[in-house]
Amino acid sequence: MSDTTTAPVMGDPGPDGRFGEFGGLFVPETLVPACQQLDAEFRAAWADPAFRAELDRLLRDYAGRPSRLSLCENLSTELGCRVLLKREDLNHTGSHKINNVLGQALLARRMGKTRLVAETGAGQHGVATATAAALLGLECTVYMGEVDMARQALNVFRMRLLGAEVRAASSGSRTLKDAVNEALRDWVATVETTHYCLGSAMGPHPYPFMVRELHRVIGDEAREQCRELTGGDPDVVVACVGGGSNAIGIFSGFAELPHVELWGAEPAGGAAIGHGVPGVVHGSKSYLLQDEHGQVLEAESVSAGLDYPGVGPEHAHLHAIGRARYERVTDAEVLEAFQLLARTEGIIPALESAHALALVSRERAALAGRTVLVNLSGRGDKDVAQVARILGVDLSGTEVAG
Amino acid sequence: MTGAVEAPVGRLESRLRAARDRGRKLLVPYVTGGLPGWERVVEACAAAGADAIEVGIPFSDPVMDGPTIQEASERALRAGATPPAIVDALADLDTGGVPLVAMTYYNVVFRQGHERFAAALARVGVAGAIVPDLPLEEVGPWAAAADAAGVETVLLAAPTASDERLVRICARSRGWVYGVGLLGVTGERSELAASALAMARRLKAVTDKPVLVGVGVSTPEQAAEVAAVADGVIVGSALVRRLLEGGGPEVAGRFVAELRAGLDGA
Repeated sequence: MSDTTTAPVMGDPGPDGRFGEFGGLFVPETLVPACQQLDAEFRAAWADPAFRAELDRLLRDYAGRPSRLSLCENLSTELGCRVLLKREDLNHTGSHKINNVLGQALLARRMGKTRLVAETGAGQHGVATATAAALLGLECTVYMGEVDMARQALNVFRMRLLGAEVRAASSGSRTLKDAVNEALRDWVATVETTHYCLGSAMGPHPYPFMVRELHRVIGDEAREQCRELTGGDPDVVVACVGGGSNAIGIFSGFAELPHVELWGAEPAGGAAIGHGVPGVVHGSKSYLLQDEHGQVLEAESVSAGLDYPGVGPEHAHLHAIGRARYERVTDAEVLEAFQLLARTEGIIPALESAHALALVSRERAALAGRTVLVNLSGRGDKDVAQVARILGVDLSGTEVAG
Repeated sequence: MTGAVEAPVGRLESRLRAARDRGRKLLVPYVTGGLPGWERVVEACAAAGADAIEVGIPFSDPVMDGPTIQEASERALRAGATPPAIVDALADLDTGGVPLVAMTYYNVVFRQGHERFAAALARVGVAGAIVPDLPLEEVGPWAAAADAAGVETVLLAAPTASDERLVRICARSRGWVYGVGLLGVTGERSELAASALAMARRLKAVTDKPVLVGVGVSTPEQAAEVAAVADGVIVGSALVRRLLEGGGPEVAGRFVAELRAGLDGA
């Protein structure tokens, strides 16, 4: 790109919140003034050095940023390409989600809101929100699908330990999509005192924009760390995509570098870009798994955090313009990759993050000799029991280890 | 987008204005399409004194609806209801001239396409449409297609809007203006929220279009209370609950008649 006057690939979506034909503000009238206020307040805060300094301090002293960049020598040998991991799993609360919630919680306090409401799938965003609420003295209610509460019981307990109220979303597919519905319904009734702390780069404007900006730190850090470590930019940046917040964060650090490829790994059972068509749900226009009549379909993935039939609108746009490439990986490939990283590097990834590794592993021939930066968005402690169950390992404690 | 020039008054709005100007308080019941026997329920509502009837086209993710209408939507979808089947069935209903208004969420409209959906509604004689996740900022393309097809798009006005925003909503709304009676989703409430009366007053101060208040209006008493200020009411969950409990056209007709009596006594 020699023309430096070209508009940035990942720019400002403007007051209408449009990324090309995607995005927008498709919410009940009750919420429109709150979304517009949030847009104005976020832009003001983001331009305010005092706000940025306070957020940076929390990210450093509380969340542990900058997160490390690890060169995986064993895995690189095994796969035949140079694999770098951006270690968001080492953040406080165990995933990238803390970047977003600290920013939104500070913003909520700045706006005079006293309560946060959030949705969660795997529980990572719920735990992060409950954490930020505890730190900043805000009330917190987290909606979680009944099915997910069973899959991630430990995270439910964590949230309650942190002082949050966890409410079951018991309608529809009883997963992340329904938790978003319940959180939106709560917000319609409580908008005067409550901030909706949305956990992904989706939803009505300004959320896709705001969440991207709050996760931009991932990509900005990784770009500089990669240059320091390798003397150049990676050839490919890979991240998992459900709603797409960790991917949008790391992509934003590289989107303006045309020599860097951007790859998103979608779960085969919830591939909004791979299998969906344009539609509108949860506040924005994007790709969506739906039937011929516009009814939203249920996603099905081994990973609760990616069990979502939609995708953030900016990913839809990056796909439409060909800047990023989105591929589907199966649950079986994900379980392989989960074990591969544990065995070769001594790192247990979140099942979500294992999607990105699974894509790298499958594409190893095409990646031979190249440098691949993978966003390791979260750690896998929360998933260990589930993986054991899937692999048929008995954890009941009645067996004596041999 | 709202434009300074008022569009010609459509037949839904004309009819409601005429009734109001005769001193009648307006009653719009809501029925979820696709529930067992819903067609006869709609006809019973018409016969019992409704001024227009909202027919819900069920959507998988109804974010503006509380538990009752969520349950009705799920049941209808499980029973195989589809948007085209419900719209087609509307052509055969005998409502004695009481206009029908389709209520659904935007993805159902978007999936079919604006022009196609508007034409389908017009073909079966539906007078209006309500799309609650299509606020003023996003309604333009749909509203243009609906206007062209002669389908009046009713906009919602909520307590969170500024006075200036209410004026713009009223200017773009067709048929009537739907005042949201409280901060919250649809559902029955034991008492009428003070915000329902405040909403009605604020809207009446800025528009001459019929002002109907819904969300949280559940009983004849509550209906009468709101209609002392507003031009009428929309009652959804209280009616749909009776259907979910097994009630049919008789139960629905009796309830609508009670609401009618409450409004006539107001």
